[in-house]
Amino acid sequence: MALLECKNLSFSYEGDVVLRRVNFIVESGDFLCIVGENGSGKTTLMNGILGLKKQDSGQVIMGEGLVQKEIGYLPQRNDIQRDFPASVMEVVLSGRLNQMKRRLYYSAEDKRIARENLERLGILNLSESGFQNLSGGQQQRVLLARALCATKKLLLLDEPAASLDPIAQNELYNTIKLINLCDKITVIMVTHDIQNAARFASHILHLGNEQKYFGCIEDYRKSTYWKRITGAVNNDH
Amino acid sequence: MIIEMLSYHFIVRALIVGLIISLCSSLLGVPLVLKRYSMLGDGLSHVSFGAMAIATALNFSPLWFSLPIVTLSAVALLWISQNSKIKGDSLIAIISTSALAIGIIAVSITTGMNKDISNYLFGSILSLSREDAILSAIVGVFVIIGYILFYPRIFAVSFDETFAKATGANVGLYNLLIAILTALTIVLGMRMMGALLISSLLIFPAISAMRIFNKYIQVTMAAALFSIIAFIIGFYTSYVSEIPTGPAVVVTDLAGLAIFSIIGKRKRHRPIIAK
Repeated sequence: MALLECKNLSFSYEGDVVLRRVNFIVESGDFLCIVGENGSGKTTLMNGILGLKKQDSGQVIMGEGLVQKEIGYLPQRNDIQRDFPASVMEVVLSGRLNQMKRRLYYSAEDKRIARENLERLGILNLSESGFQNLSGGQQQRVLLARALCATKKLLLLDEPAASLDPIAQNELYNTIKLINLCDKITVIMVTHDIQNAARFASHILHLGNEQKYFGCIEDYRKSTYWKRITGAVNNDH
Repeated sequence: MIIEMLSYHFIVRALIVGLIISLCSSLLGVPLVLKRYSMLGDGLSHVSFGAMAIATALNFSPLWFSLPIVTLSAVALLWISQNSKIKGDSLIAIISTSALAIGIIAVSITTGMNKDISNYLFGSILSLSREDAILSAIVGVFVIIGYILFYPRIFAVSFDETFAKATGANVGLYNLLIAILTALTIVLGMRMMGALLISSLLIFPAISAMRIFNKYIQVTMAAALFSIIAFIIGFYTSYVSEIPTGPAVVVTDLAGLAIFSIIGKRKRHRPIIAK
């Protein structure tokens, strides 16, 4: 059984359908990029998978013991208050909230896992720094560490590299790829940056208010969508 | 002077209740300011004024009467702001001015403007009765305990509600908890600060602490300490120079904010190395 399967999903806002007939499967270890223009329904789909937005029809099926609230999630940058007074450790620990059950406070185990994830992202030295004093790239790493605290299986990233400078962007993408390859964590990433998506993804889901394309990256590169986006002239058509 | 001051029972009573209220309001002020909910306190204080005015008109106990009404209003405000197209700040203005108007009408057709009403507007902690003091202390301690028990969760929903919700936290419940604790704090604080000044107790400590500190736990602790010290100074000043307590506390808060801002600026001038 697949880690995640979306069957015939449709979403609407106040009667206007924004996304229809989405069908795809994510296997454990995949790196799926959801691409498409602004307003094509990428974030809506992600919210649907997270259970933040109710679908009109269709199903989200989780397999391999995946639980909805154990998905590690990195929200869009502008959803976060960048000047919030919190230390890096406080932010990352809040990723363990879903493991607390009825406990009131974080345990030593929670703190160990938080430190482990900071180390994994190379920012353990920042753990006592103020979140608001960090650069954009560092802040994204902190939020990625928080997402990793919430999951062992699946990361959902919404435009993680948006508004970062190219160097920070590249570093972040490489880190995400490394987590995908080395730690065997499945990644679903929303992005409008198709060039980079094609570098790192194993599968592409192309949306435009409906499902335009779903398949592995090799096939996607041969598709008309890819050619249209990359501006390659195809004389055969 | 201090010994003389503490020899009056009603002053000791006011001091204890004031300290508890200062602590409650400073703790809740931090998430309220960070969630951009700081006007909630102002809105609820007007509702509380309306409720107390009606209670006075009907000869009910103002504190007992307004506790449930303000709590329900907080829940309603939260619910409407999430389910209606009216924006939070406009909504608060609508509810608070309506409550104020209804309160004033209730008073004018019954007893007329009197000392009680002026107390609800500007506060008078020294007129606290023994029963009210005990009730205030109990509710205040309840608020403090509630805040401490849910501290990690309150942090999580303040920092990033979407993430908290996505990872299965009951965000609605914790927002409700914050709203209820705020409502209780407002009702208690009304006696001390009055409807017009109560929001200062929520906002000044949090804002001042954020000038200097950049960790949540430090901001929380500093806000609590700031609030308690400002209250003691304000209370003492009001006793010595025979001015009302509420305004004295607010002016002390303002001075504290100025000091914290200057310290914060000097601290920020030092380069922060975070690479």
